[in-house]
Amino acid sequence: MKFGVVVFPGSNCDQDCFHVIQDVLKQSVEYIWHKTTSVDGFDCLIIPGGFSYGDYLRCGAIARFSPIMELVIKFANKGGLVIGICNGFQVLLEAGLLPGAMMRNTNLHFICKYVDLKVDSTETPFSSEYKKGQVIRIPIAHNEGNYYIDEKGLAELKKNDQIIFRYVTNPNGAMDDIAGIVNKERNVLGMMPHPERSSEDALGSHDGKLIFEGIVKWLQTSPRLVDTRHPSPSSMERGMNPPKAEKGVRND
Amino acid sequence: MFEAQIKVTLKKTVADPQGQTIKHALESFGFSGIERLRMGKFITVTIKAKDQAEAKAQAEKMCQKLLANPIIEDYSIEVKPL
Repeated sequence: MKFGVVVFPGSNCDQDCFHVIQDVLKQSVEYIWHKTTSVDGFDCLIIPGGFSYGDYLRCGAIARFSPIMELVIKFANKGGLVIGICNGFQVLLEAGLLPGAMMRNTNLHFICKYVDLKVDSTETPFSSEYKKGQVIRIPIAHNEGNYYIDEKGLAELKKNDQIIFRYVTNPNGAMDDIAGIVNKERNVLGMMPHPERSSEDALGSHDGKLIFEGIVKWLQTSPRLVDTRHPSPSSMERGMNPPKAEKGVRND
Repeated sequence: MFEAQIKVTLKKTVADPQGQTIKHALESFGFSGIERLRMGKFITVTIKAKDQAEAKAQAEKMCQKLLANPIIEDYSIEVKPL
């Protein structure tokens, strides 16, 4: 099992993600420079936070056209796990892997603090280690986290159970208190809060670690998802259908 | 040579916290008649093209591909010869 942390010019949470995967989860991980031409052999790609390309024009707008992103899109379309954190979430929105857009926080402040999130869906590889409705503490650090989507899009997100994390107290004006969403196929997660900054007790919370543990468990129990060197129809199919916890089974 | 002047603005249906704050600031200086204030971006691009229509078409493509995000933004383009 191998994680990849994508690095753009201006990424600044890449080392935190790398550290959590390598030192906390004891899994194999490599940096992927944005000009890399292959993501073969990776099982999960992390698009970290930061200020890719200085956040010029719009957050994530320039990074979205980095050479690596074409590979990330292909990887995601084959069912590979992709998680975008903060600026990474913004990049995934600009790339069209997730619906909606980010606006400036309504109070125009850069907000950097721990927030409470409610876990709205556990039926993803990323949130399977939580309990539905559980409140977790993960910090945010952003200026543009005010998630926007039109009414039709929001209805669609709700219908498909794509809203994974909601703010208990909305810090930034995000529509419907949305802090994290997945795509319809549930293999791409975008979230504004930083799970890599809350994966060790020394940092005040280890609630974020469960996201990475969920990914590891899912990769361990599922057959290898993506073999980009020899994609077979069956592996692609498996990738598109992450295991879903049966509703009502978990009473814990 | 042509110059394309591109305005990118938030869609009318999208809230504009920056515009709101600027409006409040102006009002605090006593400008009381402000109906609405919207914040946007202004981009100028100098384009080599054989005629105005071609320059406009290029600017249009730039907006669609990168300069504006159609989910939250509208754009307008004016092209003039240099």
